[in-house]
Formats: sequence, structure tokens, C-alpha cells
Amino acid sequence: MTEKKTAVTGPPLEAGPIDMVTLTIDEQEVTVPRGTTLLQAAQGAGTEVPHYCYHPGLSSPAMCRMCLVEVEGAPKLLPSCTTTVADGQVVRTESDDATRMRRGVLEFYLLNHPLDCPICDQSGECDLQDFVFAEGREHGRGRDAKRVLGRDDFGGDVLFYGDRCVMCTRCVRFMNEVEENPLLTVVDRGNRSVIDTFFDEGLEQAEWGGNVVDICPVGALVSKDFLYKARAWDLEHTASVCPNCSQGCNIDLHTRDNLVHRIKPRTNPDVNGHWICDYGRATYEWLNRGDRLEAPVVRAGGRNTAMGWTASLEALKGRIDALADGLGKGSVKAVVSPFWSNEDLGAVARLIETLGGGSIVFRSPRADAEVALKGFEGLARRKDLTPNARGAELLGYERVGDDAGQGGLDELADHDGVVLVLGDALDDLPEGTAKNAALVVYFGAYTSLALISADFQFPITTFAEQEGTFTNLDGRVQRFWPALSAPGAARPAWLVLGALSGALRDEAGPSRADQAFALVAQAVESYEGMDYETIGAEGVQSNASAPVRGD
Amino acid sequence: MGYPYSHPSEVPILSKHFGDPEARTLDGWRARGGYEALEKALNMSPEEVVDTVKESGLRGRGGAGFPTGLKWSFMPKTKDKPHYLLCNADESEPGTFKDRELMRWVPHQLIEGCLIGAYAMGAEHVYIYCRGEFFEATQVLAKAVEDAYEAGIIGEDILGSGKKIDLTVHAGAGAYICGEETGLMNSLEGDRGEPRVKPPFPAAVGAFGMPTTINNVETLCAIPHIVANGGEWYRQWGSEKSPGTKLFCVSGHVKRPGNYELPLGFPLKDLIFDVCGGMIEDRALKAVIPGGSSVPLLSAEEAEGCSLCYEGVVEAGSMLGCASVIVMDETTDIVRQVTRMASFYAHESCGQCTPCREGTAWVTTILKRIEDGRGTEDDLDTLVEVTDQMTGTTICVLSDSVAAPVQSSIKKFRDEYLALIRRGERVGAA
Repeated sequence: MTEKKTAVTGPPLEAGPIDMVTLTIDEQEVTVPRGTTLLQAAQGAGTEVPHYCYHPGLSSPAMCRMCLVEVEGAPKLLPSCTTTVADGQVVRTESDDATRMRRGVLEFYLLNHPLDCPICDQSGECDLQDFVFAEGREHGRGRDAKRVLGRDDFGGDVLFYGDRCVMCTRCVRFMNEVEENPLLTVVDRGNRSVIDTFFDEGLEQAEWGGNVVDICPVGALVSKDFLYKARAWDLEHTASVCPNCSQGCNIDLHTRDNLVHRIKPRTNPDVNGHWICDYGRATYEWLNRGDRLEAPVVRAGGRNTAMGWTASLEALKGRIDALADGLGKGSVKAVVSPFWSNEDLGAVARLIETLGGGSIVFRSPRADAEVALKGFEGLARRKDLTPNARGAELLGYERVGDDAGQGGLDELADHDGVVLVLGDALDDLPEGTAKNAALVVYFGAYTSLALISADFQFPITTFAEQEGTFTNLDGRVQRFWPALSAPGAARPAWLVLGALSGALRDEAGPSRADQAFALVAQAVESYEGMDYETIGAEGVQSNASAPVRGD
Repeated sequence: MGYPYSHPSEVPILSKHFGDPEARTLDGWRARGGYEALEKALNMSPEEVVDTVKESGLRGRGGAGFPTGLKWSFMPKTKDKPHYLLCNADESEPGTFKDRELMRWVPHQLIEGCLIGAYAMGAEHVYIYCRGEFFEATQVLAKAVEDAYEAGIIGEDILGSGKKIDLTVHAGAGAYICGEETGLMNSLEGDRGEPRVKPPFPAAVGAFGMPTTINNVETLCAIPHIVANGGEWYRQWGSEKSPGTKLFCVSGHVKRPGNYELPLGFPLKDLIFDVCGGMIEDRALKAVIPGGSSVPLLSAEEAEGCSLCYEGVVEAGSMLGCASVIVMDETTDIVRQVTRMASFYAHESCGQCTPCREGTAWVTTILKRIEDGRGTEDDLDTLVEVTDQMTGTTICVLSDSVAAPVQSSIKKFRDEYLALIRRGERVGAA
């Protein structure tokens, strides 16, 4: 188990019974632990106090003055982000004074704001836009020329539009407190103050710098990669798990027109807090690859023929039945890819068991070193650059190959039994791999040159096109949901493999992902008692022993 | 001493040796009774010293007027971590020039006050944070500190008492906001001079995260005299709520501007017309800012009966602040003066809080437009409303400071604004 992580702000987690405090927020009685801030207490009661500088993953400087609330007995409005609860407190977030104050702050923000929402990437997910729309003045009173700062390249994936900035300093604090790599700062003072980098030392030197784009409440910091690609309201958000390393950061896939346009972190205090690394964020193009297998392909008489699912699976069953006598124990050699889910990988084991057993290996590309986020314990870009290597290990599969995710498959050349490949396109192997095998079956998402003459090629979906689970480095099982529709006739591997196993066993295979997971949970001791409901949106720690850190 | 002017109404205690170069030196200061109060204090218990200061009723001379003895008593009695005493010598309020003179002429008086304060609060280190522009004062003070270290007055074993107190003179870089106590702490620690959110208060979490008390130069300079003569002695001057003497920095349209040490409660009228010799060319008085540019200005009528003590100035409609009296005669263009002050605050805003960062600059822009004859009557309403939203809504009081002169001038001299807006007429324009 990793250590329990705590947000930077929030009630102290001390031993002993939690001291509870009861107060009234907007006529509603709330009971929260002592040390909770008014803003958090209000959030718990369903009242969102507007704010800019406060962020749950950062310290609270109480400087935007947007979250001021009226507290009975206090001589003036108090910042709800730093004021902690007290027994019997009466708090009003909607009092005349508080509302007037917020209106005033919003007017101050708009004085020098370019109001360029129509061409601003943040439009649609902008706190300034939202709060002004909700509570701002109908007409601004500013009659004088606006200050113009223009835009600046902050390095990495980050572009800075100075005129849109509300000086909340979340970005500066993220770099100082969380990445602990102070590459951003406030330059000058008063209304001349501006966020800047130190000379030429920009965010290209950061490993987690992309997070400043996420936490910027306005369109001051935007992603170069995403610039002008889509309007926020056109994007669909699907809860997912980052497929780019074994940390298993919770993410949302933002899609439009069946393409992934960006990856955003999804808050999970136990895994990644509010953050994801630049590598994970940037590595999504492969989800939009075009060279997909779209129909089952059967090889007969030296020719590949596309067929429907029913006919091709029946043909495969026929080949297996014909081979059945010759299939000795351990005659199947399977290669699987840890980019695929537990459900898919587990279905391979089940099929091989049906076929009389064999060996299952996987290959996972690995980085030289971890890239830790210093200010958030337990979060790093891990060495394994695949999301489910740990899941494959827990299924009992053997890791082979080198750190590039290549090699280790020499045995395939001479194998005369069945060869089964899931996901791994064997890009490092030549055309006609496993030519001595009695039967070669490829379940893949992408066309494979090595397996171009396989007896069967079945199109399967990637994780982004199906429901399933990954198991991260720590043994935490986390669900993801389909964000894209599958190309052509591609189907989830667990469905195809399950149908095949079912046909061979003369029973029904799983028809839903949760049923496929149930079969895995039966087979893997660490997953005992787990199901989709208990895993939920945030995942559940399995009782798998923790791996050696840094391994 | 006649530095540069004096008046029989003065009660020179802190300023007794102004203009006397010998008082700057350690020997000269000792010859004038210096460091006797420190010796006396070291023979008292720290609690007795705090009680003496409490008895005297001394109030902080930095502007807020908080009772010094009470402030000292907030420091934790148990000592599980270092305590610090900070001396705020970042005198930057426009119109104020008393601390500079105290440091230039009687640096040892300040050192003595600092050491007594540190002893009373169990502080092992005193930092004197000098305004960046005070080159001469900082040099004089640094020399005095060096001499005092050599003489064993500061350091490992002060005056053979076994007490260890260190003292560091730290020069700022010239920012108004570093005179705000928590902004000063940030600056001292090497961070941006940005005021901190309170609570926690400095007595709990101050400089370097340790319990800290911060006092003004003039406050600490009064300490040796109070310890030497007793709290009751100090109360012979001033009023019940404002005991003692105070340095008044008078500037503007008077014949003899300067520093005058007077008992608190002294009539403002007498200060201007008697002590300072009256208005230049005997022109009529128009307005007075009694406590530095961040307090509301008083019209001539309001100044008439104003008594210069903390409660007296509040009664007249302003605040005593640090007693920096800026006198303006009938030729003064109030709009220009207020614009000048507002632009000062816009320049000096640290930029943390939105109402201050944006508000001070906006107010300045509007005022400049009015001054240029391009204002509208709506602008006056906007100014009042905007400054209203800058009052009591920020971490420190810098934005309140711009609100005070703007609001009070619009209230009291609305005609001058309107004349500019309607006809482009400027009062007192040459």
C-alpha cells in the first residue's frame, strides 16, 4: 500500500476522534471537522463560493478576494478559503455585502480584460466568463484604454495570454509547491504585475508544467497543442485511466468527431490528486491511429479474406477442433500487450486453459527512470510505459523482452503448436513470424506486418473504445469507459475471446464487461470480492502486494 | 538646539538631541545618560518592563496607535522557539519624516529601546528594517550598532547581564508596502514584499515563522525614557487615551515646516499658526491631512477645533496616523493633490488583492481624466463606489488608504471637481 495522500489544504488528519463543528451556511446547518475552511464547508453543503486563487491542491493566499463571505460578528467580510469553521458561526455567502463585493471584484477583472471569448480556448470552461455571467454588472464602467500585454511563449506546451490573466498565481504556486521547480514568477507589482518565466528558462524544463493550463481559471495559460482545435462545449468528456504509464492517473478523454483532442486529469486524491504529467498528457495521438484492423481476416490458400464475425469464428473453431487431437499440454504460446485491459488479458488465459494450457508472455516498454512529482507523494511517471503491466503480472503472465518492449520472442520461430497474439503487433519481428506454427491467431487493433499471414486476424478495440479495468503499479484496479466508437467491425477482445471459449466449452461467454471482469476476479486471488460496483469511478486497492518502488 | 526650528511649546524628549552630532556617538550618548535605562531594565524582570510600558499607555507611533504594552504581552511566555523583535524603520508614508531624524541623530536611543524591548519579550534577535532610500540614516545606525557591539552593549553578554541579544540592520529596497508589518517580514525573509493573511498574527507566526513583535522606530525610542522615569511620568503629557509626546512632521504651506515634539492633544490650529509660524504669505488655510496621505483630509473648518490626539482627530473626522501633518493653503488644487496621492498608491500596490491592484490604478486613471478636463459627473459616483469596494476588502489597508483621500475630498471639495468637470476651471492654477 502506498501512503495515504492528503491535499495541501484541508482539515488536518490527526489521530484520534475527529472534532466536529456545527455552523450555519446560508440558513443551512452543516457539521464538519474542525479545521475545515468555510469554502470547503459550503462546498459540502452544496454551495459553491466563487473563487479564483483558491485551489484544493495548492496553498491559499486569499488574494483574489472573490470568496469573501459575511460571518456574523465579524467587522468585515472574510475570505472563506482561509477562514476556518467555528461552532455556532452564521455564514452568509449571498448577503448584500458579499454579492456587492463579488460584483465589484468582477468589474475590476474586466477593466483590462480583452473580452475575447469568441477566440479564447477557455471559453465555455472559464471561471471569469461563468461568474460574470452569473453575477457581473450588465455594463462595465471602464471608459479608459485597456492595458495590453500580448502573448508570450512560456515553453513546453504552454502559451500565455497576459491580457486574460486574473493574477490568481495558481500557476506560480503549482510550480513552487507541487512540482517544486519554480520556473514561473510574478514580475513587477500593482497592476503592472504579470506572470513570467525567468529569462529563457521556460516550462520546457518542467515535467508537469501542463497542469498550469488546467488550473488556470481563465484563458491566460492555454495549451499550444489544443490551441484553436475545438470549442470546450463541443467536447465530450469520458472518464478514463491514463494509458501511458503504470501509475494509472485518472483522466478524462476529451473527444469530438470520434477523435481524442486532449487528455485532462480527473481528480483522485488517492492516485494523482489533480495532476498528470506532460508525457501522459501529450501522448494521445496513438488513440487516433488510422491503420486499424476493421474486419476479421481469414487466410486460406495463401490469400487473406475479410469475413464476418460469425463465419470467421466458426472457421477458427473448426481449425481448433481439427487440431484438438494434436494439441498437447502447453502447446499454446500467447503474447499479450499490457495496453489491454484485465478483462481482455484474463480472457486469453481462459481460452488457453480451454485449449489445454500453454505459456503467456507480455512485453512492456520501459523508461530509464521515474519522473516524480515532488509535492505529491506517490505520484510519478513510472518506468513501465504501459497501463496494465501489473495486471498482466497478477494474471501470472511472464514479462519478456527489453526496455524498448522488443525481443524475447525467439521461441515463436520454431513453435509448432498454436500461437496466439493479443494487441502486440510484433513490430520488431519480420513478416511471416511463427511460420512453423500449426495455427496463428492475431487479435489486434492495428495491422501487423509480422502477422500479415496469420491464419486469423480479428479486429479488437483499444481501451478508449471499450469498458474495462487497468491495474496500476500499486495493484489498484480502476475502471475506464468507452470514449470513441470502434472502427468497422472491431469488438472488445474479451467479447471475442469469451465467445470463442464459450463455444469451445459449450457455454455462454460474457456479454458485458462486468461479467468479463467477474471471470477475472474469480481467477485472480488479489481481486477476490471485487466487482464493477465496488471499483466505482475512483478505483479500489486490490490486496496485491506492493511492488518494489522504482522498479 | 534649534534644529532646524524649535518652539517653546515643544517637550523635547525623543528629539532632545536633534542637531547635536555628539549625541550620535556612543560616548556622547552615554554622557547624556544613555544606556542607563537599559541597565535599569536588565535589573527588572521582563514582566515588570512590560507592565511599566503598559502603565505609560504608550501607543504605537507607526500609525495604528495600538497600545504597545498590550502588544508586547501577546508574545508567548513559554519559549520553545526563537522570538524576534522587528523595528519598522521603513518610514514611507508620504508626509512622514520623523523616524529618519531619530535614526540620524540619536541612533543609540533606538538601539537602547530595541534592546529593552527584546529583553522584555525574550527575543534573542532584533532586526531593524530600514527604508531602502535612507542611505545616511542606515549608515549612521549601522555605525552605532557596530560601536554598541564592540562596547558589549549588544551581543553575547549585554552589559554583563549574561543576556544574549543580537541586532541586525537590514536595508529594504524601497517599497512602500514593506512598511506594512507582514509585508516587511516577507521582505526581510527575502520574498516579495506582500502582506500576509492574518490570522495567524505575528505574535504567533511572524518573521521566519516564529513569534514576532514589530514596533515603529518612534515607539521604541520612547521606551528608554519610560523605563527610566516610570509609566506615570510619561502620562503627565497628553490625554487619558493618548499619553505622552509625539513627533509631528509638518509639511506644506507653513512658514516653518519640520519635526516638532509636542504633547499629544495639542491643538492643530496652534501647531499651524503658532508653532509653524502660520501659513506662507499668510494665505488662507484650505485643508489639512493630519496623519499622512492615507487618512481623510480635513477642511479648514474641521481643522479649527481639532485636537491632535488619537481620539481627537477621529472626532474631527480623520485619523492621527503617524502625525504627518500636510498643510494646504487656498492655492492648492485639491484634485491634483488627490490624483498625486492616488497615483502613489497605485504605484506602490503590491498587486496581490484584486480590489487594490485594479482599483488603485483605475481610480488614478479616472482622477487623471478629470484633472485633464475630460471627466463627467458620473465619474464622481464611480469613484465613490469603487473606493467603497476597496475599503475593508483586502489583506492589508493600502487600498483603504487611497479610498480615504478620494472619498473625503469628493465629499468636502466636490465643487472643485465639478468646476473641472463642467468648465475645465482649475483652482489655484498658475
